[in-house]
Amino acid sequence: MTTIEKQLLASPRNHRYVLTVAAIVLILLAWSLSAVSFKDVNQNGLAIALNILKGIVHPDLDLLFSVSKQSVLYLLVQTTAIAFLGTLVGAVLSVPLAFLAASNIMPKPIAWLTRMLLIMIRTIPALVYGLMFIRVSGPGPFAGVLTIGLTSIGMLSKLYVDAIEELDKKVLESMTSIGCTTFEKIRYGIIPQLFSLFLSVTIYRFDMNMREASILGLVGAGGIGAPLIFAMNSYKWNQVGSILIGLVILILLIEWFSNKLRSKLVQG
Amino acid sequence: MFDKWFPPKKMVLPNGKIVLEKRSRLPLTLLTLAAVTALSVNLTGFSLHVLFTRIRQFFIILGEMIPPKWSYTPQLWGALLDTLQMSVLGSMIGALLALPFALLASFNVIRNKAVVTIFKVMLSLLRTLPTLVTALIATFVFGLGPTAGLVAILLFTLSYVGKLLYEQIENVDMGSFEAMESIGMTRVQAFRYAIFPEVLPRYLSTTLFCFEGNVRYAAILGYVGAGGIGLLINENLGWRDYPRVGMIILSLGVTVYVIETISEHFRKKLN
Repeated sequence: MTTIEKQLLASPRNHRYVLTVAAIVLILLAWSLSAVSFKDVNQNGLAIALNILKGIVHPDLDLLFSVSKQSVLYLLVQTTAIAFLGTLVGAVLSVPLAFLAASNIMPKPIAWLTRMLLIMIRTIPALVYGLMFIRVSGPGPFAGVLTIGLTSIGMLSKLYVDAIEELDKKVLESMTSIGCTTFEKIRYGIIPQLFSLFLSVTIYRFDMNMREASILGLVGAGGIGAPLIFAMNSYKWNQVGSILIGLVILILLIEWFSNKLRSKLVQG
Repeated sequence: MFDKWFPPKKMVLPNGKIVLEKRSRLPLTLLTLAAVTALSVNLTGFSLHVLFTRIRQFFIILGEMIPPKWSYTPQLWGALLDTLQMSVLGSMIGALLALPFALLASFNVIRNKAVVTIFKVMLSLLRTLPTLVTALIATFVFGLGPTAGLVAILLFTLSYVGKLLYEQIENVDMGSFEAMESIGMTRVQAFRYAIFPEVLPRYLSTTLFCFEGNVRYAAILGYVGAGGIGLLINENLGWRDYPRVGMIILSLGVTVYVIETISEHFRKKLN
């Protein structure tokens, strides 16, 4: 037996474990196959798919470029505004929550309670918040802002907490030793450490919120979603095409911009 | 550009050397931010007055959800299982499809630049569309029901796992791949034995992570008629039957929690 074969035989074997997991996965797969049925798919569906493609190739240019309140351009700007303001609201609310949930500066019970609150906030889907806020402020972009703000809290404060818990305490200790006041410690010891991280996380969330904001229109919370669903329900495929094109371009632009900004932040 | 408008401050050091200090960009950044905020407030009709006078309404609704209506549970099971089936199947097929897509989109395996670019663009276009919009389109093509939701989840998983996977493949050390090619293996064989084992654990853990997210997404897809529990949420919110909504959210929360715990266990094992 050569050394290579010996090594090969000596490698740990967990066939039984792998097989069990594979079997479970296969059973799950077989079980979920019952969810699909293609009996509703007919000529009609295919025709619609073709029509959508046609609409994307021949978009309603008038809707895409005009500057009225129904135009794609205006709606996209509104969607961006919802995402931006929502992110801002979320970020402002997240900072105190994150400090409350950080276990290295707060007593354990308070940190734990805040964490539970954050988990609960995250569990409710954004659309449900949207429908709830519509009862608060009436349908319109304002409800969208509130929804985005609330849903952003979950992720933002979780990532903020991670940043806070990794604070380099040695800096603070050395500042204490040279006689800095608490305010100076916060200003020169804590803020410089956290600011760029917080900003980077917030920009990333803004990028995500663009997508959220564009679907909130479906429940009537402003932005591009509502016109999209109207156009689809009335089978105006070239309008659907122009809305989709506008949306995709905007989201790609924002993603590119946010990646640029964040890499700049990381490199300083 | 900025430095041209606001020339940097000149300082002469004692030894006669001239040092340029660039002007701080903070005021400009703050000004832009303030302007954008004002514009957004204007566009969205944000008003603190409405917020403070009407926010009670929100907590009233929240209050009505507690306690949830326990007797509603039996009617929930079907929709909840539909949601799970949709996300399991969508994640699995999507992740499997992501494999060839990622392979074709990684420049170190495929030499043809055009193919790589086409697949990369395809994956990123797929990723930009929000899942709910894909589901909406899918309901028109595949009819109302879980199939449409399945397609939406499948496409999202494909784009997400595909992107992370091709990034991993591109970062793999190509030494072993080249070695295997040099001893006469085909490119496919070399990929199978050199790259695949290396990216497999990360691929599986990405898929699991995506699956966790998909359960959340699948829950709301019903809103546009793509099957699952979202349909019930929509219905009951429409009827303002908040205790039932509370029950749905509770069951959803428990399901998501259980799935996240299981998946986290396996992801830790994989790393």
